[in-house]
Amino acid sequence: MAESENIVAETAEKIFADLADAQTINHDKQGAWKAPLWRALTEAGLPLSWVPDHLGGSGASLAEGFAVLNVAGRHAIAVPLAETMLAGWLLTQAGIASPEAEMTVVPASPKDRIRRNADGSLSGRARAVPFAKQAKHFAVLASGNDGISIALVDATKCRIETGIGLGGDHSDTVTLDKLRPVAIKPAPDGFDQTALMLMGGVVRSLQIAGALESMLDISVRYSNERVAFEKKISKFQAVQHNLARLAGESAAALAAATSAADAIAHAKSLGDAAVFLEAASAKIRCSEAAEKGGGIAHQVHGAIGFTVEHILHRYSLRALAWRDDFGSESYWAVELGKLVADRGADELWPLVASR
Amino acid sequence: MTAALRFDPIRLPEKCEQLRKEVRAFLAEEIAAGTFDPHAPNREDNDAPEFSRRVGAKGWLGMTWPKKYGGQERSFLERYVVTEEMRVANAPTRRFFVADRQSGPVLLKYAPEHIKMDILPRICRGELCFAIGMSEPNSGSDLFAAKTRATRTDGGYLVNGTKIWTSSAHIADYMIAIFRTSPPTKENRRHGLTQFLVKMKQPGIKVNPIGQITGQFEFNEVVFTDYFVPDDHVLGEIDGAWKQATSELAYERSGPERFLETYYVLTELVRAVGKNPDTRSAEGIGRLVAQVHTMRRMSVSVAGMLQAGKEPVVEASIVKDIGTVWEQQLPHRVRDLAAFVEETATNRETLEKQLDFAIKTAPKLTIQGGTTEVLRGIIARGLGLR
Repeated sequence: MAESENIVAETAEKIFADLADAQTINHDKQGAWKAPLWRALTEAGLPLSWVPDHLGGSGASLAEGFAVLNVAGRHAIAVPLAETMLAGWLLTQAGIASPEAEMTVVPASPKDRIRRNADGSLSGRARAVPFAKQAKHFAVLASGNDGISIALVDATKCRIETGIGLGGDHSDTVTLDKLRPVAIKPAPDGFDQTALMLMGGVVRSLQIAGALESMLDISVRYSNERVAFEKKISKFQAVQHNLARLAGESAAALAAATSAADAIAHAKSLGDAAVFLEAASAKIRCSEAAEKGGGIAHQVHGAIGFTVEHILHRYSLRALAWRDDFGSESYWAVELGKLVADRGADELWPLVASR
Repeated sequence: MTAALRFDPIRLPEKCEQLRKEVRAFLAEEIAAGTFDPHAPNREDNDAPEFSRRVGAKGWLGMTWPKKYGGQERSFLERYVVTEEMRVANAPTRRFFVADRQSGPVLLKYAPEHIKMDILPRICRGELCFAIGMSEPNSGSDLFAAKTRATRTDGGYLVNGTKIWTSSAHIADYMIAIFRTSPPTKENRRHGLTQFLVKMKQPGIKVNPIGQITGQFEFNEVVFTDYFVPDDHVLGEIDGAWKQATSELAYERSGPERFLETYYVLTELVRAVGKNPDTRSAEGIGRLVAQVHTMRRMSVSVAGMLQAGKEPVVEASIVKDIGTVWEQQLPHRVRDLAAFVEETATNRETLEKQLDFAIKTAPKLTIQGGTTEVLRGIIARGLGLR
């Protein structure tokens, strides 16, 4: 990791450590911690990391922002940091300035489409939009007869049906009905919904990898404290081997996610096969790791990890929930499989080896 | 935080891609000349001495070693490219693989100068085959239970005992083995073993082939009866082999051979399903490709750590644990997906033959070179559990 990535990530780490301690926020049912945390993140310029100065952001590099998201995953926080970063990034693609407040992106699934009507208004429905209820604005990707547009939309002008996702965070249905956007511009050449989904998928992959690092950490710590059958459970070989597997899943998720992030940070275009391989693979492999690794973390903790009082579920359930955003692992596996089949058997190894 | 488990996204440098082209061109020529069939991993004998010399002539053996010993002083990442291209092509690497990966580096570190000058250039020329003498009839994963004795005699040692599961011993010119030179102590049960360079095809050594369930005869029993090893064939510290083993493990356990052993069935499956796979095949292939890509990125990352002079023993153990479990399951997953391949697929017979062989090969993958259980023990120690 480059030094600047470290500095930005350390800033984020410090803010989370000070204002989003897992035990404290787990017991705070009113969510009083959210406002001070969001303020601190905003003062540090983190939500608009990927927006250049002239469009209202702090102009961090892609790599710096990705490092922040890995840290955010380690803290599994219930504020729309990743979503606002992604929304700012999307608006920047079209040169639209970002307002300072919580945002999210619409659509958040490859299956949903927002349509740009002939009169310039927007229509369509997007399911499972993360944090739509908390967002003041939406960054919208819409397709029209003359191509793809990116728009900034006032959230209060949309119909929002509340939904709660697996991790306890908002995952709402957003409906736009001939809605007039605050700003709308054409997307750059070659930028499409797949590009947005790949980027969103890598964001979620980094968060899942971070959550797995924390699950490994607290599981190791717990196994070294908990005594059963007159010894620490970390001394049982069955437990050791389970934790070794969790370490493997955590390592695989981190490797896949950071590799994909690095690929995007250095890519000329999000449209080439190498970026597709990296980003789709990250989402697939991290989602698989969320299931396998999270399962082990719970097994090691026993009943206590199944209680709301314990912090484990903050990480395990969010990691599982994040699998579904911006295309599930099944969706990306089908798409990647089609790409590989279309290129043919003899092109598979050259593609893998090109990374 | 578990800071130890970082797998930074190391990329192979540009010069590797030129090298990759050269390796592919060379392998294509060898295939065209009939040296080996890339679609038939189940050949009876994977020993190809002439091929080995031609690889040596290319400068692809001992690539990272000093030039004075015949090496090229190139990077681990360049060696990585050669290794993975050979593996994916199913090239017959048996004769040189162990010497290049493992035995050469041990000699570089522990052998006296005149032995290095004698042997290393010959490894680089592809002339020598090495075996590793670790396991014994009652000592497999528990390496330090080894009983084969090396007793002091004039100018060296006399060896008596039996090594087993020794791959390539029947064709090897040398073996690097551990023998017991002292009993273990109460404080340290690992004490008392010494690493030796053993010249094969000498009086006092008998190699008995052992048939494997694949139909191959890769591994052997090696019986030593008053076999003489001269003093200058001792490698490293007497009674201290246990101190020397750990750093080699990172080289041995993280390479492309630890997840690509059965890779050929995936290529063949993609060929069999054709350009327009159904949803089930597409999803299955997509997942397998995502998994192999991820493992390769982890493995390259470890190669980068080795190049940077680190000793990533835990990371390498993770690569081998995940990688070997994956390559073991791969033929079964491909079999699941192949169940619905059209009868008319032209490579159907090839795929079936490959699956047959890969499924028979699979059980050994999580045993050889450190069992899954041993690896998970090492990882657990790295996590602070032991």
